[in-house]
Amino acid sequence: MNRLTPYAFVAPFFILFAVFGLFPLLFSLWLSFHQWEPSEGLAALRWVGLENYAMGLTDPWFIQGLGNTVWLALAAGLPQHLVALPMAFFIHRRVHQGRDLLVGAYFVPYITSSVAIALIFMTLYSKDYGLINVALAELTRLPLVGAWLPLDAAHLPDWLGDSAWTKPAVAFVVFWRYLGWNLVLYLTAMQTLDDEIFQAARLDGAPPWRQFWSIALPQLRPMIFFAVTLTLIGSLQLFEEPFILVDTEKGVARSVMTAAIFMYQTAFNDGDFGTASALSWALFALIAALAWLNARLFGKGGGHA
Amino acid sequence: MAPARFFSMPVSRRTLLAAPLALSLPAAAQPAVAPLTVASFPDLDRAAKAAQAAWDRAHPEAPLRLVSRNYADHHNAMSAVLATGSGQPDVMALDLRFIGKFASGGGLEDLLGAPYDAGPLLGALPRFAVTQGRSPQGALIAMPADIGPGTLLYRLDLLERAGLREADLTGSWPGYIEAGRQLQRATGAALLTDAAELRDILLRVGLADGEGIYFGRGGEVLVGNERFQRAFELGLAVRRAGLDLKAPSWGNEWGAAFRQGRVATQMMGCWLAGHLKNWLAPAQAGLWRSAPLPGGLVASYGGSFYAIPKHAPNKAAAWAFIRQMVFDRATQLQGLRVLDAFPALLAAHDDPVMDEPIAYLGGQRARQLWRDIAHRVPATPVHKHDALATAIVRSAFEDVVSQGRPIPEALAEARALVIRRTRR
Repeated sequence: MNRLTPYAFVAPFFILFAVFGLFPLLFSLWLSFHQWEPSEGLAALRWVGLENYAMGLTDPWFIQGLGNTVWLALAAGLPQHLVALPMAFFIHRRVHQGRDLLVGAYFVPYITSSVAIALIFMTLYSKDYGLINVALAELTRLPLVGAWLPLDAAHLPDWLGDSAWTKPAVAFVVFWRYLGWNLVLYLTAMQTLDDEIFQAARLDGAPPWRQFWSIALPQLRPMIFFAVTLTLIGSLQLFEEPFILVDTEKGVARSVMTAAIFMYQTAFNDGDFGTASALSWALFALIAALAWLNARLFGKGGGHA
Repeated sequence: MAPARFFSMPVSRRTLLAAPLALSLPAAAQPAVAPLTVASFPDLDRAAKAAQAAWDRAHPEAPLRLVSRNYADHHNAMSAVLATGSGQPDVMALDLRFIGKFASGGGLEDLLGAPYDAGPLLGALPRFAVTQGRSPQGALIAMPADIGPGTLLYRLDLLERAGLREADLTGSWPGYIEAGRQLQRATGAALLTDAAELRDILLRVGLADGEGIYFGRGGEVLVGNERFQRAFELGLAVRRAGLDLKAPSWGNEWGAAFRQGRVATQMMGCWLAGHLKNWLAPAQAGLWRSAPLPGGLVASYGGSFYAIPKHAPNKAAAWAFIRQMVFDRATQLQGLRVLDAFPALLAAHDDPVMDEPIAYLGGQRARQLWRDIAHRVPATPVHKHDALATAIVRSAFEDVVSQGRPIPEALAEARALVIRRTRR
């Protein structure tokens, strides 16, 4: 009995993991080789081999979804790091009073419900009464700014209803949401850097940008690798923001349909769970390949962080 | 004193073990209580809530337990319980949009078979609604509870300001668009909220009994035929003329368009009059009227159904509940009063309430018109891939109106995609 006691104590984790983690994974893998009409129950599973992979990966909408995903990953992911890195350096070097409050303010969007965020941005982006268009309309009336702005007060952007604007609108929300997370990561890494090197650089007359570029950035490489890997994975799985912001009932929704949204619709709209499972495993392979590539490019070298 | 004596009695282990059994004896003498679980979604759940008191009085052995989730969550949950075969409710409410998907599987009871034998009852319902509840094999998997006769709701005050009459809107489809131009010139109001609405309703023009919108009698793909071509052309004409607000139904802009009085007409199920009155445009009471759809078209918008899953634990009570909700005249009329759900039961159409003037519609006796439409709607079967085809056609239309893509090219691609995705 005593011999089994430790196993009994750790059993809850393994049981929960097996039921809610391992089983769904393996079942979706099994499902990816089958055609399944879910309303007929499990007995309706029919083996189709690799057909789901072949059909899913060559579907024009999936290819477009993958393109949208890459577009959003670059437009929302890249600025997160390009802004968060210098901002973290600035806060680390210059902001001493109220630093926690400032960092907390940037971090709040990350811990706020994506549904709440999307609903607020839906209101902000509204074509007729959104604050953004109201502000733009006011700007167009200003004498100098109005002439410079390539906008007409009567034809302001339909942020979530015009395919020319939907992608930038969604990308901004994603950027805004995850900026704080990356800021915290980089700030944490900077706090571990040896201050003596910066002091020596200051004595040698290095300006702040040189200290950032030549001292901080190379030492932050491991953290950049970690943060970029997380962004890569998150971006390729992007679902909530575009799904809520641009109503899937609208024809324009295809302009922000990511690979994950296409998988969801294949399963729950089209009822094709087999193809959706196949695509989810294909996306997993893609994420793993890109994470490996990222590790090859940025994962080498060391530092304090 | 007596309790003290009771507790002071020596209690043996056998007595303790027997106690739960003794306590359960009086209960065993009562008839067994098995709750009736009804899974529904707003606003349809209000009909069940309204009927709950009467149901619980008549069926103390199966008290009603209502499980309500939001629209999308409910249908996803029903899909999941049918897939796993466990945790199924006794009665499953379904929206028309999901009937095709659920009908194709074998997870729902055929209400034409024993012990339901619903066949003789079906004459009491509109034929088109019964057709919608059937599977491709002819089984009746869902019973219609309410229907949505299609109507054109319009702002009489705006029409009068433009010097137009109702007949100018309803005479023909080109006439409807021309009236929209005049309306906009005279009042600044848009003809309709989104050109896609026109596309959707025009896809129903010329449908014969037994013909689906996207799939023919034999399941062949119809996307891309002349009906689609014409629907896309007229939708594009409305967009190019600037007669719509580019505000798809149920979005924020759509609601704001009504509240701000920027739209003159809306084609939808008659139940929209209730939404206008309650929250979309309560301040415009008396200004709206209901008319037949343009071009003599008769169509229905939406509808709610009840079904019994194969593994429902309390099928007898489930069938009794469906009979009450669908075939009881008083319950059907209660649904009309509580949530403006137009009764599916034809017997309820003879009630004096159908002749009552509707204050919001300026005293118009509009239910008479809706009743007439309900009796003439052609029987259009649903297909398991209707939702898929709808999404593809919607996207193709967006390419045409926003990207300037040629209609034949967009439709050819949509057709190819529908064929590809419905290969099984």
